[in-house]
Amino acid sequence: MAFDYSPYLRGGKLPHIWCPGCTYGIVFKSLLRSLDGLKQNKDDLALVSGIGCASRLPGYVDANTLHTAHGRALTFATGIKMARPEKRVIAMSGDGDATAIGGNHFIHACRRNIDITVLVFNNYIYGMTGGQHSPTTPVGHKASTMTYGNVDPNFDIAKLAIGAGASFVARGTAYHVPALDKILTEAIEHKGLSVVEVINACPTTHGRRNKFKNATDQLLWMKDSFLPKAAFEKLPADKTEGKLPLGVLYKDGNATEYCETYFAMTAGVRAQNEGRA
Amino acid sequence: MSKTKLLQGNEACAEGALYAGCNFFGGYPITPSTEVAEYLSRELPKVGGAFIQMEDEIAAMGSVIGASLAGAKALTATSGPGFSLKQENLGYAMITEIPCVVIDVMRGGPSTGVPTGPSQSDIMQCKWGTHGDHPVICLTPGYVQEIFDETVRAFNLSEKYRTPVIVAYDEIIGHMRERVEIPDQGVIPVVNRTKPPQGLAKYLPYDDTKGDVPPMANFFEGYRYHVTGLNHAPDGFPINAHPRIHTDEERLIRKVDGNRADICKNELYKTEDAEIGIFAYGASARAAKDAIDAARAEGIKVGLFRPLTMWPFPEEAVCAFAKQVKTIIVPELSLGQIILEVERVSKAQCGIEGIFRVDGDPITPAQILAKIKEVK
Ligand SMILES: Cc1ncc(C[n+]2csc(CCOP(=O)(O)OP(=O)(O)O)c2C)c(N)n1
Ligand code: SF4
Repeated sequence: MAFDYSPYLRGGKLPHIWCPGCTYGIVFKSLLRSLDGLKQNKDDLALVSGIGCASRLPGYVDANTLHTAHGRALTFATGIKMARPEKRVIAMSGDGDATAIGGNHFIHACRRNIDITVLVFNNYIYGMTGGQHSPTTPVGHKASTMTYGNVDPNFDIAKLAIGAGASFVARGTAYHVPALDKILTEAIEHKGLSVVEVINACPTTHGRRNKFKNATDQLLWMKDSFLPKAAFEKLPADKTEGKLPLGVLYKDGNATEYCETYFAMTAGVRAQNEGRA
Repeated sequence: MSKTKLLQGNEACAEGALYAGCNFFGGYPITPSTEVAEYLSRELPKVGGAFIQMEDEIAAMGSVIGASLAGAKALTATSGPGFSLKQENLGYAMITEIPCVVIDVMRGGPSTGVPTGPSQSDIMQCKWGTHGDHPVICLTPGYVQEIFDETVRAFNLSEKYRTPVIVAYDEIIGHMRERVEIPDQGVIPVVNRTKPPQGLAKYLPYDDTKGDVPPMANFFEGYRYHVTGLNHAPDGFPINAHPRIHTDEERLIRKVDGNRADICKNELYKTEDAEIGIFAYGASARAAKDAIDAARAEGIKVGLFRPLTMWPFPEEAVCAFAKQVKTIIVPELSLGQIILEVERVSKAQCGIEGIFRVDGDPITPAQILAKIKEVK
C-alpha cells in the first residue's frame, strides 16, 4: 500500500510553492516518512525554519511550525528548546540561510550540542531570490551575481558542523531516497545537535545556468557524485576528485547535551539552596 | 513582608523581571546593561528558569521570541550597538504578536560611541528602529524603584497586548544605587497572556473578530499552528497583496495607540500653576526637578511633564500642557530627538526650547535653571 502522508499534512495548504523539478518535495516526503516511522506525536513537535524556498517546508506540516527571519531559525529553536527541553525541535534552512547569514548561529548551535536536528537543504544557490551565489556554489559555476563563474571558495557543510562540535553529522541526497529516510530517522532520534546536509537541485536558478538540461540531469549528477561512506573511503586517492561520502559521517553518542547539562546544574543549585534553608 | 533592598538600576530591573514571572533570559554582554544578565544568570537557576548567553544580540532576541512562543516569560537586555542588532527580530515579535520584554540601557552613539556614558539618543530608535509600520510600547523609568516597577509593568503590558515592550533608561539610573521596595507576590498584579479556550475545532492565532488582541496559544499545548513574519491571514498563513494586510497592520497599531488610557503613565511635577513647562524623562527629569525647585524659590512658576510611557506618545496630555504654558523646555541627552515629538503634538501653541548634551556628562540642574531664566 502506498504510504499515506495525510496524517502529517496540514489540510488545504497544498500545492506547495516549489518549482517543477525542485527536489525539495522529495526531502519533504522523506522527512514525513521518518517522523511517521518514529511515531512522532505532532503536538510535541516544533519545526523551525529561516527564510528561503527550503524554509517554506514547515508550513505544510501539521505541527507547531515557525517560519522565522533569514538565517535565524536556530536562535528561535534554541529558545524553544530551552523553554521546553522535553519537546522535539527540528530546524531547517537552505545553504544560504544556514551557512551565510546564519553561519554564526549554525556553528554555535553545533558547539552547544543542544538537542535540535538541523536539516540543511544544500542546493548550491540562493533559490528564493533568484540564483545568487551562496557559500556552497561550486567555484566556476554561474550565478546571477557571478556572471563570469563563481570565484568564492566554499564551505563543506558537513565538515563545518563536525569542526564546530555537532555530535551527529550526516549527508544525504534527494537521489538516494531510502538512505535519506534512514539518515533522517537516525538524526532525529539522536540526542544532541544533529546536522543533515541534504543535497538538492534547484533547476530553476542553478541547474539551467550551469549546463544541466533538466532536473533529472541534476539527480543523475547526484547519483554519480555521492557514494556511501564505506565505498568512498575505499576509493584510491586519485579517484576521489568530485566525489563526496554519503551517510552518517560522524557520531558521538556520549557527548553531553546542552539542556541536560544546564538543567542538571540548575537542579543542583536548587537542591543546595533547599539544603541550606 | 515586602523587602527593602539597596539595588543598582540594572539589578532592580532583574528583580522586576523575576517578580513578573520571567523564566527565560537570552542575552549578550554589553555595557552598560550587562548587570541585568549577570544578576539573572545567578537568580534564574534558583527559580527553575533558564539563562542563556547567545552568540550575539540577534540570536539573543531570536531565543527570547522562541522561548515566549513555547510559553516562557522572556527577557533580553542590551545597549546601543546591541539594540541596533535586535531590530529585525524585534519587528518579527511585533508582527507575529509574541510577548517579550527588551531592556535598552542607553549609552552614547552612534556606533560604539561612549560605552560607559549616559545617553537618551535611542528614544527614536525605540519607536522606529525596525522597518515597516509597527506598534511600540516603550517605558522610560527615572528612578531605581521605577525600573523595578516599570519592568513588572512591561511584562504585564506585553502579555496583555501580545507585543514586545521596550524599557529604555539611561546609564545613569542603570548604574545608580537607590532603595527599592520589593512588595510581596500578589501586591502588584501579574498579568498572563489570554489563552484560547480548550477544545476549539479550529484555533485561529490571529482571529481579530472578537477584539484587537487575539488569544494566544503556546506551542506544544495542542493547537498546532503556523507563525510567520510574512503578513498573514487569521490562521497564521502568509498572504500577499491582500486588503487584510492593511487592516491587520492598522489593528496592530490600534491595539497599542488605541489603548493609551491604559498604557500611558506620566508624572506631573508642580505643573498646576506652571507658566513654563519642562518635558523630560530619566536622569534629565531628575535634574529638571532640582532646577524647578530652585526656580520656584525665586518665584518662577515652572513645572515638569515626565512621561513613564514614551511610546505610545502621550499626545493629548502634552498638547494640553503646551496650551497651558508659554514655553516647553526639553532637556535630553541627545542632539534633539524627543523634542521633535513634543513640537509635533504641541501644535505651535507654545515655544519649544531644547537643551542637548552628548559629551558623556549629564545635563545639570544649573543648565536647566539658566534656560528657565532665559525663556522667562
Ligand atoms: C535579512 C535578509 N536578507 C536578505 C533576505 C533575502 N533573502 C530571502 S531568501 C534568501 C536566500 C535563500 O537562499 P537559501 O537560504 O540557500 O535557500 P533556498 O531559497 O535556496 O532554499 C535571501 C538572500 C531576507 N529575507 N532577509
Ligand atoms: S527556485 Fe529553486 S529552490 Fe526555489 S522552489 Fe524553485 S527550484 Fe526549488
